[in-house]
Amino acid sequence: MGGLVEPRAIGTSLQRIDGAAKATGTAPYAYEQPVTDPLYLHAVQAGIARGRVTAIDTATAEALPGVAAVLTHYNAPRLASDQDRELWVLQSSEVAFRGQFVAAVIAETSEIARHAAELVKVSYLELSHDSELRAHRDGFHTGTADGDVDTALASAAVRIDQTYTTPMEHNNPMEPHTTVAVWESIGGTDRLTLYDSTQGVFKVRHVLAPVFGLDPQRIRVVAPYVGGGFGSKGMPHAHNVLAGLAAQVVPGRPVKYALTRQQMFALAGYRSPTIQRIALGADADGRLSVIAHDVIEQTSRIKEYVEDSAAPTRMMYAAPNRRTTRRLERLDVAVPFWMRAPGVAPGMFAGECAMDELAIACGLDPIELRVRNEPATDPETGNPWSGRHLIACLHEGARRFGWHHRDPTPGIRRQGCWLVGSGVAAATYPHHAWPGSTATVSFRHGRYLVRIGAVDIGTGSWTALTQIAADALTCPVGSVELELGDTDLPTATIAAGSSGITSWGTTIVETARTFRDKYGPDPSDGDEVQATMPDNPDADHYAMHSFGAQFAEVRINADTGEIRVSRMLGVFSLGRVINPRTTRSQLLGGMTMGLSMALHEQSIVDHRFGHVINHDLAGYHIATHADVADMDASWLDEHDPHSNPMGSRGAGEIGIVGAAAAIANAVHHATGIRIRDLPITADKLQR
Amino acid sequence: MIPFEYQRATDADSAVAALAARPRAVFLGGGTNLVDHLKLGLLRPDLLIDVSRLPFDTIDALPGGGVRIGAMVRNSDLATHALIRRRYPMLAQAVLAGASGQLRNLATTGGNLLQRTRCRYFLDVTTPCNKREPGAGCSAIDGHNRDAAVLGASEQCVATHPSDMAVALAALDAVIQVHGPDGTRAIPLTELYRLPGNEPARDTMLRHGELITAVELPDLPIAARSTYRKVRDRASYAFALVSVAAAVDIADDVIRDTRIALGGLAHQPWRATRAEELLRGAPATQDVFRAAADAELAPARPLAHNAFKVPMAANTLVAVLRDLTTRDS
Repeated sequence: MGGLVEPRAIGTSLQRIDGAAKATGTAPYAYEQPVTDPLYLHAVQAGIARGRVTAIDTATAEALPGVAAVLTHYNAPRLASDQDRELWVLQSSEVAFRGQFVAAVIAETSEIARHAAELVKVSYLELSHDSELRAHRDGFHTGTADGDVDTALASAAVRIDQTYTTPMEHNNPMEPHTTVAVWESIGGTDRLTLYDSTQGVFKVRHVLAPVFGLDPQRIRVVAPYVGGGFGSKGMPHAHNVLAGLAAQVVPGRPVKYALTRQQMFALAGYRSPTIQRIALGADADGRLSVIAHDVIEQTSRIKEYVEDSAAPTRMMYAAPNRRTTRRLERLDVAVPFWMRAPGVAPGMFAGECAMDELAIACGLDPIELRVRNEPATDPETGNPWSGRHLIACLHEGARRFGWHHRDPTPGIRRQGCWLVGSGVAAATYPHHAWPGSTATVSFRHGRYLVRIGAVDIGTGSWTALTQIAADALTCPVGSVELELGDTDLPTATIAAGSSGITSWGTTIVETARTFRDKYGPDPSDGDEVQATMPDNPDADHYAMHSFGAQFAEVRINADTGEIRVSRMLGVFSLGRVINPRTTRSQLLGGMTMGLSMALHEQSIVDHRFGHVINHDLAGYHIATHADVADMDASWLDEHDPHSNPMGSRGAGEIGIVGAAAAIANAVHHATGIRIRDLPITADKLQR
Repeated sequence: MIPFEYQRATDADSAVAALAARPRAVFLGGGTNLVDHLKLGLLRPDLLIDVSRLPFDTIDALPGGGVRIGAMVRNSDLATHALIRRRYPMLAQAVLAGASGQLRNLATTGGNLLQRTRCRYFLDVTTPCNKREPGAGCSAIDGHNRDAAVLGASEQCVATHPSDMAVALAALDAVIQVHGPDGTRAIPLTELYRLPGNEPARDTMLRHGELITAVELPDLPIAARSTYRKVRDRASYAFALVSVAAAVDIADDVIRDTRIALGGLAHQPWRATRAEELLRGAPATQDVFRAAADAELAPARPLAHNAFKVPMAANTLVAVLRDLTTRDS
């Protein structure tokens, strides 16, 4: 790879390049893109969870002044591929989940579209449905196994065997899922342009091209600013197809569509509820002999998505006898999808609560239990670690948090009417480098123009990539201009899996080095090169993961059961940090989301109807400012010599991992009550 | 959203007359609840009469020692008013416990009283709800009912009233001044609200066309030693699981008088008359507080998911009484 880039701009807290525009409200998000003479879209959603549409009366809606068209499966343009049935929009009478699109109105204003949508009358043949994930029924098993778990568990000196659950949870980025679609027919060739709130413009193009039967080059996707995604904007969803269909009906006119907050609860993905059994066996000294993790999760009838909650268990701790299994239930529900640290966040909640229970059963400090079970190599692959500094994170966190004088006895610390306790949990997230990105570097008017079709979803990628480009070119950051967010730029992978900086940064470094090799330190105006992300020769020889230690202090009101998290501290191992300001922001954001996961977030499905009934931000609670007290995030001063030319690993997701477990463990320490079902609410602590 | 007419009222008489003439007209105050309902399609008025600029926007001391709060006084102004903070601290605390700063800047006193339940099924027009559509059935009784009432509910409706302010006003013996087509009348706050019974669509005793113009608080020295305690699922911006508004007058460790109302438990702010009776003249001890709380909650009829409210309300009431009677006066 040509060695590590010498950090100069890297490691400094460069202010966000997009900060001023966002703070002043002048950054055009997808819905604010300046388009001429737009029309507006509003959808009609299925009122049943399973069955068929038998008739749709659109006459009243169509008669409303200002309505351009009402789309149904009877009259919508035909799509070309039903490979992805989430995207098979308005193509058949089948209803596979409540809230699915069954019609849509295109109108001159959003108000008229919404009014007309209320006037569309849909008749159904309703069939019985099942939307409830249950612990005991048959399903599909997959798994990994070493040794003999059941025998070893029976003979273990200390055993923990418990079931932990996490509820359905919904991503709620501040900016809803939004797209502006323009369908043009130029010289007999159809072209589709989408101004889209997405985590990957090329992913949207790649997925939608076969759906619309268009050559990928005929689809342009633009996403200069995105108001959060957390995974839910990692792939196009049904609303992108609906907007494309609508645009096809009114060629030449832009069609604007933003999901309402309520619609996001049916149409933009969610984290599957999980039912997780964890069995741990250890000797009297706490050394693990058995680890078993059996997970039950759901997916939809029309599309399989797996929340791989057992994944972290396969690499976190070693034991001679290990097993992970998964049952995936197909239900009459909306399509689940990525939510921050998919799989890892719920899996580590269960695993790290179980470790806390094991520490108590062994009479060990929970940090000491983890020290005793620190594996020298990756238990899953046998590879050496590129840098596993979990113990250093735990020790540094313990020092900063003031852990050392902690009395492990639960339920004995009281300040006024508040019971106080503290907890710890480990965090991890895999290092991902996704191949396929290309960048160009060109020299124009004394500055370096770096072009790559990546997306900054609010994390600070734009700024961090500018720093990487400057150091790779050995020039000041002010000499670099970075363009992203458009399929007219060179191909790039998506902003997901904490992979962005690695994948795009490696590509930019390669391109910058190619540029310098070709043109030297004094290029001429117009000099340009293009390069693609090289393979990492260390990828197959090292286990690469980020790690962290999460600490929490909680206060439980002894009268009411109210829970306050008075302190949170995370110490992480992330390789080299590109931009401390944006990295800290990502970590604090992740920890806040972990706090929400611990105490608040829960999508409540009424299984008689099959849909989420608390489908707005009054009913679906996330942490408010008042819930976030003293929260701090820091990291070890290090670099990873194997991960990428910057020496960095991803930081976008690890902040949420382990946070809920640390809080649940602290609640136990405060009260003696072990809550294994998230969220931890006051009613569960009523005694 | 269905189109509607909008009129800005210039005086109470014409506003009342205009509304009375139109069965589907509604008054618009701060709009913090009504506009949501318009968007959700659960209310379809044909005329909004904006009363938010009517001149009922002051807080005045009354000659007899009470206070009159104009119905258009914004929640933020009510909560920060010196008279309210000094004489009726539970009311200032209750208002500040509700909503967010932005909402309180808009919300009016009259509108706060008339906000409607946050029962999820009431708000979701795709599910049956007797309050929204009489005779459709109640989805909450056999559905998700963690937020539902445990006191005074009926077979037809288990909704709770969401206002924090109204709980304090119920404890303070507030009286509502109403301007209607047939003139003015005064309604004690505790008689403004109904239990759902067989008519869950009706939240209050107000008749179509009646406009709340003021809330009057009596001279109530006991209220100077009062508090509002709200228990909710997060530290801010959530409706009460349970709440307690209480004032206590204590001398020589004996309770001379008390005012208590509970929130989050019923279709109306729940004036705790049984508890008050047991407490008056009794020694200020933990056992007495517990007995009073248990007596008040004895008629509770919890559903599948809200049984926790009974001990939570009792524990919170005991804690509030303990704190009020042990702190320095």
